[in-house]
Amino acid sequence: MARVTFSSEQQRYTNEVACEVSAADYRELIDHITQRYPALSRADLLQMAIAIDGEIIHQPLLERIEPNSEIHFFHFVAGG
Amino acid sequence: MSEAREFKYIGQSTIRPDGFDKVTGRANYGADLALPGMIWGKILRSPHAHANIKSLDTRRAEALPGVLAVATHSDFPSVSDQAIESGEGSLTLLDLARNVLAKDKVLYHGHAIVAVAAKTAAIAEQALALIDIEYEVLKPVLDVREAMAAGAPLLHADMFTQGLPEKPTTASNVATRLEFKMGDIEAGFSAAEVVVEREFYTPTAHQGYIEPHACTVRFEKDGQSMIWCSTQGHFDVRASTAKLLGMELGKLKVIASEIGGGFGGKTTVYLEPVALILSRKSGRPVKMIMNRDEVFKATGPGSATRSWVKIGAKKDGSITAMQGRLAYEAGAFKGSPVMMGCMTAFTPYAVANMYVEGFDVVVNKAKVAAYRAPGAPQAEFAVEMLINELAVKLGRDPIDLRLQNAAKEGTQTIYGPKLKRVGLVECLEAARDSKHYQQALAENQGRGVAAGFWFNVGGQSSVHINMNPDGTGTIVEGSPDIGGSRASMQMMAAERPCIAPSLLKPIIGDTENVAFSAGTGGSRTTFATGMAVIEAAEDVVAQMKQRAASLWNVTAEQVDWADGVAINLAGEERLSLAEICASADRTGGQISGRGNINARGAGPSFAVHLCDVDVDKDTGKVDVVRYTAIQDAGKAIHPKYVEGQYQGGAVQGIGWALNEEYIYSKEGLLENAGFLDYRVPVASDLPMIDTIIVEVPNNFHPYGVRGVGESGIIPPLAAVGYAVEDAIGVPVTDLPLSPPRVFGLIQGSR
Repeated sequence: MARVTFSSEQQRYTNEVACEVSAADYRELIDHITQRYPALSRADLLQMAIAIDGEIIHQPLLERIEPNSEIHFFHFVAGG
Repeated sequence: MSEAREFKYIGQSTIRPDGFDKVTGRANYGADLALPGMIWGKILRSPHAHANIKSLDTRRAEALPGVLAVATHSDFPSVSDQAIESGEGSLTLLDLARNVLAKDKVLYHGHAIVAVAAKTAAIAEQALALIDIEYEVLKPVLDVREAMAAGAPLLHADMFTQGLPEKPTTASNVATRLEFKMGDIEAGFSAAEVVVEREFYTPTAHQGYIEPHACTVRFEKDGQSMIWCSTQGHFDVRASTAKLLGMELGKLKVIASEIGGGFGGKTTVYLEPVALILSRKSGRPVKMIMNRDEVFKATGPGSATRSWVKIGAKKDGSITAMQGRLAYEAGAFKGSPVMMGCMTAFTPYAVANMYVEGFDVVVNKAKVAAYRAPGAPQAEFAVEMLINELAVKLGRDPIDLRLQNAAKEGTQTIYGPKLKRVGLVECLEAARDSKHYQQALAENQGRGVAAGFWFNVGGQSSVHINMNPDGTGTIVEGSPDIGGSRASMQMMAAERPCIAPSLLKPIIGDTENVAFSAGTGGSRTTFATGMAVIEAAEDVVAQMKQRAASLWNVTAEQVDWADGVAINLAGEERLSLAEICASADRTGGQISGRGNINARGAGPSFAVHLCDVDVDKDTGKVDVVRYTAIQDAGKAIHPKYVEGQYQGGAVQGIGWALNEEYIYSKEGLLENAGFLDYRVPVASDLPMIDTIIVEVPNNFHPYGVRGVGESGIIPPLAAVGYAVEDAIGVPVTDLPLSPPRVFGLIQGSR
């Protein structure tokens, strides 16, 4: 099971810091967590960046998820 | 990548490929293009900081001989409330349209209202004086405290605070409230034996780019329109302008000129859509150039902020809790970089309990823009000042205290991921062991230490490398070169094929001849576009091997590539890159490598700065007498450019700390809109900025690159600020530390 940690803002909608999800890829992961936490917006999730095992990915749509991966959501960062 | 990797070209400081054109004046900047039939555009700007536009009449201006077009907000087709890219700090299309040309209300001194295009710049100026506007002047709000106060004048009657637990029923100047938390902040402070807390202020500060905003445009009704402009992201200019004007992307070409500085300030549009409207209405090419006064009044500076921070620690130095409340000015429209402030403030520290609350606040000033590590210098200034104060309270060396609490691989960040391998500890150790840190201070001198963190980012980059029959080639990249990246691209492109970098000419493609690339910013270009270059170079090598194989009638797997030469593993033959290119017409046509990526795996860069100052206690004047910038580059592709980035960031931060601030009258009028009164440090003000390049490779980049442009501006605010505090023995909370302020602090302590 992959461990998904929510951002502080997301925790307002999940009431949990993290959860465990079995998913083969990011799309499947989004399906699972929006079913489990209906207050989380699918559109918002697709706007967020993620880190999979510490690797920062800005557009994770097609990413594969390994069974023991650690996933963190965070806001997209641009810069100056 | 391996730690001990040997490179042939990476790590050398080659001659910059754009240097000759720049020093001989041949390089073409934003104002340098002239087209046949071109006319001039000028903008009428608000004389008030906050006012309703009761009436607007342009008829007298339109009637002036030589005037060919007039544009107002009503010339924009209806635009939606969608978010668009504009560096750091989000901006909606509606707000962008209202910022580019005001609608019904002006929100800051210098806000653009009407644009005129005429046969000469002088006629356009005359026409501006003939525009009749009646204002209802309103009270401005010029600071987050005023703006957040109950009963404050509202900039936007339809703006309700996002992010509150309950949906608000009244409008507010607070666009967004956000929070980040980790652990149990109350338990963290309960466990603390020493607590420090203060509120800090940083002023509005300009990026200080020398080249003003400028563009030349040509609208083609049935063909393809064109924009030539000075920008950090020409694809973003295309997207913003096309959306504002309801155009298809394919009907608008944007060419990035050479750029005379950006630092985040050229990540959005001001003139380009207006000029295109004027060109559409007049049927002529239009040139627009801001003067310095306009740049200061009407383009985006860095946010002014008020930050309250509290830190608790045990007597052994271990930090138990860090808390912050950050309020950032967004300017006239929502979208300050407060989120970045919240995400970066505490990240140099491995602390279990953290809580930070941020407020994005609109005020009657120009809409802020990105400025190098947007949002981070202000927040980390507050935190680093307090870390130094904590060290004194605990009787600890400030570097030793930081080492004890430093973030490292595996540290959980407040913004989400755990850090992978990072170089903060190595930077702190390099600072501690530096000659600078061993030197004694003289009377009236003080020393400051500060750390800084920036994420660095990846994103989309596109590159192709076109080889020529003589073995030379062209690297076509989509990232404007604002800090010397062409030299880095040249070296990364040369490394894998193993050919001299000077044989490959790097150029910036326009929006038609290279695929989409995100703008240059966030320290992404050497990292992300570099990865695209490496991919394109690998593609070139693969094709070289294939072509050699076809000439030798073997398979590509039977061909090796080493030192710029294809080697037939099934025989004795060798072919150089130039020989393969020369015969390419007989093996399938010329060779072109391609790299189109969305880069992942950006590696954060930490910096640590040391600053010694000398304070004249009779005048309050501060002189920086010794300064060292230490930063983790991952891998320094071109060490001289990396040093230049460290030095440039340090000097901009020193200016922010010592002198730079926008000064407004109580009516909200900007009173120092020029480089005579807005004082950036010049070479004669400063000692040599010493640098130490730390290299802890980013394992997600083929050559270990992290990106170096942002982090260097973060530590100077507190390094300088605390050095002054150390010298005068009085707490420093507000920047800039100009002579009157420092003299006031000294006098107040007597």
